[in-house]
Amino acid sequence: MAKFGKKSNTSQDIPTAALPDIIFMLLFFFMVTTVLRETDILVKQKLPKAAQLSKLERKSLVSYIYIGEPKQSSLFGKEPKIQVNDVFVEVDEIVQFVNTEKDKLNEAERDQITMSLKVDVESKMGIVSDVQQELREANARKILYSSVQSVDI
Amino acid sequence: MARKNRPTAEIPNGSMADIAFLLLIFFLVTTTIANDKGIAMLLPPKPDPNQPPPEVTKNDRNIFKILANSQDKLLVEDEPLTDVFELRDMVKSFILNFGNPGEEGVALYNSLPSSMKAFSSSVRRSDYSDDPTEAVVSFKADRGTSYELYVQVLDQVNAAYNDVYGERVGLSASEFLQLDRDDPVQDKKYKAARQGIPRAISIAEPNKIVN
Repeated sequence: MAKFGKKSNTSQDIPTAALPDIIFMLLFFFMVTTVLRETDILVKQKLPKAAQLSKLERKSLVSYIYIGEPKQSSLFGKEPKIQVNDVFVEVDEIVQFVNTEKDKLNEAERDQITMSLKVDVESKMGIVSDVQQELREANARKILYSSVQSVDI
Repeated sequence: MARKNRPTAEIPNGSMADIAFLLLIFFLVTTTIANDKGIAMLLPPKPDPNQPPPEVTKNDRNIFKILANSQDKLLVEDEPLTDVFELRDMVKSFILNFGNPGEEGVALYNSLPSSMKAFSSSVRRSDYSDDPTEAVVSFKADRGTSYELYVQVLDQVNAAYNDVYGERVGLSASEFLQLDRDDPVQDKKYKAARQGIPRAISIAEPNKIVN
């Protein structure tokens, strides 16, 4: 019994001096990895509600096209406009945009590019179908009508 | 000269961890990892200018026509429809009609669970599709149709297809959508559900003239 009763000399404290550093490392990790917002959206974005949504499979293959009434309607007017990467574009510039987006991808993946259309609910189909025609022209045929999950009835 | 009661020049760092924790929690809470969801569609390939547009050789009854005008009114199978949400059941009974099934259709019919067979025979109509392999849902919107209605209609049609796919493997439409195709077991289920019934949704080009 004496064997067990013997007190060990090792200190039982966990050294906490490095704790702040560990926490800071976690903090930096989160600060670096989180992207608050990639682009400044210049158009109104109230997405439609739908129930049958599918998730995007691979984020790297996705490019975004925003359509809606400009937020600064005094500057840009009230008609819905198309926005890609921080700027407004005309319909005929979309092919060029798709091609630059495709160039960023590997050669093998270029045909799998997915265009996520973020269209405001108040837009009309005219502008959306113009964009779709251009996407067909640019051979970016996978599209996703971005929407918000609604309650399934 | 040496003063004795000089205060220590150290900053107390005992609470450093707490401060860092607060910051960490702030970032954890404020960051939303954007999960992009939506209705997936595959556009048709661009038309070849040297080829004339393909002629429609399908029987009229095999095409379920949905038209939307610029006043957001719907015309479904040549009859006006006020409630978009009725489309789901209409499309479902259209797909599962088996009015005049071909060889593939008969084989497909025999592979269905009994609840779907009963559903199919209870709604059979002569002006609906011959069998699911032939059925096409055609949706044509006007340039003035609101995007909201467009998405709602697509959602309803997709819901009908997902209902059919899900029911074949004993799932609901939303459970079917959540099948993870990276998991071999669930992928097998997905393929079994999709097998033989194509998701044939045709989006026609809108009219060039706004009426």
